[in-house]
Formats: sequence, structure tokens, C-alpha cells
Amino acid sequence: MNPKLKYLAGAALALGLAAPAIAQDEPLQVGFVYVGSIGDLGWTYEHDQSRLAVEEHFGDAVETTYVENVPEGADAERVMTQMVLNGADLIFTTSFGYMDATNAVAARFPDVYFEHATGYRRDHPNVSTYSARFYEGRAVIGHIAGHMTESNIVGYIASYPIPEVIRGINAAYLHAREVNPDVEFRVVWVYTWFDPAQEADAAQALIDQGADVIMQHTDSTAPMTVAAEAEVVAFGQASDMEQFAPFPRVASIIDNWAPYYIARTQAVMDGTWESVDTWDGIAPGMVELGEFSERIPEDVRASAQALADSIADGSYHPFTGPISRQDGTVWLAESEVADDGTLAGMDFYVEGITGEIPN
Amino acid sequence: MFRLEKRPMPSRVWIVATPVIAVILTMIAGGIMFAILGQDPVEAIRIIFLDPLFDERFASFSRPQLLVKAGPLILIAIGLALGFRAGIWNIGAEGQYIIGAICGAAFGLAFYPSENPLIFPGMVLAGLFGGWAWAMIPAVLRTRFRTNEILVSLLLVYVAEAILASAATGFLRNPDGRGFPGSRNLSQHPGTDNLELVAGTGMHWGVVAAFIAVIFSYVLLNRHLMGYQIKLAGQAPRAAKFAGVNPTRLIVLCLGVSGALAGMAGLFEVAGPAGQISIDFNVGYGFTAIIVAFLGRLHPVGILLAGLLMALTYIGGELAQLMLGIPASAIQAFQGMLLFFLLALDVLSNYRVRIGREVAA
Repeated sequence: MNPKLKYLAGAALALGLAAPAIAQDEPLQVGFVYVGSIGDLGWTYEHDQSRLAVEEHFGDAVETTYVENVPEGADAERVMTQMVLNGADLIFTTSFGYMDATNAVAARFPDVYFEHATGYRRDHPNVSTYSARFYEGRAVIGHIAGHMTESNIVGYIASYPIPEVIRGINAAYLHAREVNPDVEFRVVWVYTWFDPAQEADAAQALIDQGADVIMQHTDSTAPMTVAAEAEVVAFGQASDMEQFAPFPRVASIIDNWAPYYIARTQAVMDGTWESVDTWDGIAPGMVELGEFSERIPEDVRASAQALADSIADGSYHPFTGPISRQDGTVWLAESEVADDGTLAGMDFYVEGITGEIPN
Repeated sequence: MFRLEKRPMPSRVWIVATPVIAVILTMIAGGIMFAILGQDPVEAIRIIFLDPLFDERFASFSRPQLLVKAGPLILIAIGLALGFRAGIWNIGAEGQYIIGAICGAAFGLAFYPSENPLIFPGMVLAGLFGGWAWAMIPAVLRTRFRTNEILVSLLLVYVAEAILASAATGFLRNPDGRGFPGSRNLSQHPGTDNLELVAGTGMHWGVVAAFIAVIFSYVLLNRHLMGYQIKLAGQAPRAAKFAGVNPTRLIVLCLGVSGALAGMAGLFEVAGPAGQISIDFNVGYGFTAIIVAFLGRLHPVGILLAGLLMALTYIGGELAQLMLGIPASAIQAFQGMLLFFLLALDVLSNYRVRIGREVAA
């Protein structure tokens, strides 16, 4: 048989299992493709926690599978295809680098639903994209950082110079400066999402430069360990990192994908699944703030909570003018709010941040 | 008492038998590990080794994938094996692979959106040149300043990774990519694409190149003076000197060839299966190829088989994760066992096991 036909036969089989009539006796199969290992205590760990939440929510009606440490590119395409051949009805691909592979596999299996995290390509009607407005959480911890720093130097461990990370730096800086006009941000680019040794080195370098608050946009807990030793403030990233609470971890930004995963799985079951682009923040719970530790002064805890609440109820947007770009040109006029398009492609620092975005 | 006695000549029987026994021992030890993890060991081993080839759901997809995964491994390992035979240790094929991919992709993207059929051959040459040039750094440092090529080539991998990140977020970034890292997709653009030559076979130009490299390497090692010099330099460096082997030339040649092949492998990958330059484009082929080279006893045909076996454990390992939920780290341990048993058994090729005490002469 022509292999292409075989794919289609496999897909048809998968569809058969997904059809509502049969779904009652056959569990819905949901697959997850992970870029890291489920024990990373960061990005992949949170996706896997949310997978477990799906299992718990639906019980026997759903079966989940996952493959971890899947490199982006050819390997991802193969893993997704094997998942489909194994009977998956819905597949979550949880890394930006899976974008082309997800769309390529989706084209071959029009009856299987694909959900790609943090991407923007929905080339086929069976592909959705989803991401979180992490910058909302960054604004809140930036606010706390501005209050907590005594040296007025905040160290920031950045992964790659991409819009997502730059947006986070800007959001944190703006809200730190709002409460502390003298605050300075020192950014170190480590060019990795997960490398404990390098992250620890970066944290130490920032502390040596006088930083007494460390923020990270990388996934390991190594900067926390360094912060604990140097007795400086730090924030949990991706997962709560509560083992470092109440100090040095004073707050955290948690990625909580569970509500979204449950909703999308339900949509497939109900036959109401549609291709959508989701970008959720604090309000629906996709971005969660970990408990504020008692090491944060009480009034700051209250003002941080108020900030989070105002973002959640929509009365405040973290990027509200007047905001200028680093070069001094106006970006947002008085009370103007940033549009999602500009935010999604953000490639500039706001005024006040020193240093350059590497290129 | 057991005692090891050096053989005058490595045993031909054991050279062929050790990889087979190593695979069997890996299955046994791996089976025990899977059993401890609470899995049915027989089923796990069957899924890893047989399902990608014979299971009716997966085989028609997995079999071609075997070539896709093994192609770059074989191409790189063939080049490395030449140097390893001569005692020249290029550990940095991963870096040469990256630089080859960047050079080849940059060449192709420079002409974007042209679809001229000459672009792809140019990309291949650019990839080959990039890998060669990157390998020339340790070669020149070694021949001029006697630096250790193991360290230099290895450390250059990290430099290459930094250049890769900078390419993906900077000079090769897709201008239509909304500021996200990653280049344009080469495999979805006619003229720069390295697609399957026959649909459903997994055969792309990189796999073809790997097969050609196997044949060339076989002829070189067995029929050519250069091959004789390579083998002699590795087995008896002093004798090689007396036989007129020029060590500088040999180092430049071996590092150059392995770099060029790794660079080509990178180009074929970026223009085909991977599709684009991205921050994490390299997935360790350059390092895995070292295992493949040794698993294949540094012999071209052995490398061909070892590359396919390695690819099988990757693809089967993914299936085992998917179907049984075996963690990825257990699969990696399983692959590690394979190399461990092979090296441990290697002693039998060079030594004879004797029972009893050595009789004093």
C-alpha cells in the first residue's frame, strides 16, 4: 500500500475512536510532546502537572501519553506522527520550536487536533495556538522587586533575546521604576532555557555587580541556590519553587495550563473544538502568582495584590502609556494601551533600561 | 583464577561477535531495568527493537524514518572513523555540523526567494566548506602549536552553539517571523529543499551521501595508499614515520574530511528533516556519531549497521515512551548500556581469557 494511504488509514482509525458515538466506550487519547524532562521543575514539569490534572478531571474517559526530551525539528515530527499512529485524538506540542513540525503533521492528519504552545502558525483548521501573558506576572514581581531592592540594582537572568523575554524585562522594569525611580536593571543573556551551571554563574555575576534582587527567565532552581547563599531576593519561575520559600523566594510566576488543557479536551469530546489563538493571563488562571512570602512588607504585599487584581479584572494593562522606547522616541502616548501585535513582536527596551539587546 | 593474555593479533571472530553479544547483553540488562520500573521486559524490548520494523501500525512510517535518523549519524561517523584509525581525535563534529548547517543555510537564504536549481548544490558545497573550515582550526593549532585537538575541537562546539544562537536570533532570523528566533524554512521552499527523493522511503540527499561515503571510505581504507597510511599511523606511529607518512598532512586530511562530512550532514539536515536554523538545531548527532563509529568498529560497513541500530533504539525508544510510559532517561540508560557492554567485551578481541595461574617460564 502507498504509505500516504496508510497514514490516512491510520488517521481514519484515530477519527473513528474520536467520534462521539464511540467515545463512550473508548477513552479519548491525548498526547503531549515535551521539550525537556518532566523532572525539570520548570517549564516541562508544569505542562506535565497539567497533563495529570486532565487525567484526574476526566478519569477513565481520557487516556494520556507523553514523550519527553523531544528535540525540535525532525524528531518532533516523528514523535507526533507516531502518537497519531498510536491513536491520539488531540496532541499538545509544548515548545515554540515545534511550530513547523506541528503544522506539517497536522496537514497529513486532518482529523487529529493539534495545540501548539507559544507559536503563531495555524496553517490548517485542526491547529490551535496558545500562550500565556507572562508579562502580567512579571509586572507584579517587578513591583515587588522595586520595593525590595536596597542597592537599587536588580539582576535579570534572561534566556534568549526573543519578544517573550524582552516583554518580561520591560514589564518588570516599568513596574519596578514606578515604585522606585532609582532602580537599575542589569541583564545577563545566558542563551539557554535550562542550564543550572550557567544560570548559577549568571546569578553570581549579577550579585557581584551589586544586585540584591535576582529575577530569572530560565527554568532551573540554580539561581535560587546562589541567591540563598548570598541572601538576596529571588522569584520562582515557571513553577512555584516553594522549597526556597519564604526566602530567598519571596514570590513566583507559575504557568498553569490545566484549565486550558481540560477545556480543550472537553471541546474535542463535545465536538465543539475549533482552531483558535489563545493568549491568557492572570484572569483565567493561566498565569498564577505564587504565595507572597512574609518577608515582603505587608503594605507591599497588599499593593502587589491590588496590582494583580487590577490586571485580572481588566481595569489596568501593564503596558499603559506614557511609555517611550529606549532611544527616547514615544511608543505609547498618555493612557494609550499596547496592542497585542506590538507586544507579540516586541524587540526593543523601554526608556530607562541600559544596555543593548544582543543581536 | 582468571587471567588475561594478550593475543598476538586481535581475534577476527571476537571482533564480529562482540557487537552481537553486546546487543544481547543490553537486552538482558535493559530488560531487568525495565522490569524494576514495573514494565513487562519482553514487551519493552519488543517495542524498541521490533515494532519500528514490523508493527503494522508503525512500520510503514518508522522504516523510512530509520534512514532519516541514521543518515547523518553514518555520514559523520565515517569521517570520524578515518581520524580515529590514525589516532587523530576529532571530538567536535557537533560544532562542524552546526557551522556546516549555518553556512549552507546562509548561502541558500542569500538568494531567497530565487528557486534556481543551482542553489541547492551551492548550499551543499557551502556546508561542506563550513564544516571543513571549522575543523581546520584544531588542525592548524595542532600542527603549528601542538595543541591537543581533542580539547580544541570539543571546546569549539560551544563556540559553534553560540554562533548558532546568534544566527537564529540575528543574522539568519526569518524577517517574516514576527521577531521569533529561527530562520526561514528551507525545506518548504523550492530550490533550497532537501526532500525525499522517492516518496515514503526516507531517502534524501543526505542518506545518499552517507551511502556514498561508506563506499568511498571502504575503497580508501582497503585499496588506497592513503588508507594504508592512516591505518599504519594509528597502529604503529614510529613505523609510519619511517615509511614516510607525513603526520602534518595526515592530521589536516583526517580533520578536514571529518569536518567536511559533518558540515555536509548539517546542511542536509537543515535543508531537509529539520527545515530551519533554530536555537536548538543541533541535537547531538556529532556526539552520537562517536558512539556509532566505535560500535561499528571504525569499519565502514560496521558503521553503516551501527548507525541503523542506533537509529532503531531512538525510534523504538520513543515508541516505548509513548506506549509504556517508560521515562526518557531509562531509554538513555539503555543506549548507554549498549556502549558499555561493547567496550567491556572489546577486551576479548585483544585478550584471551585463561583460567589458572601463569606458569613461570
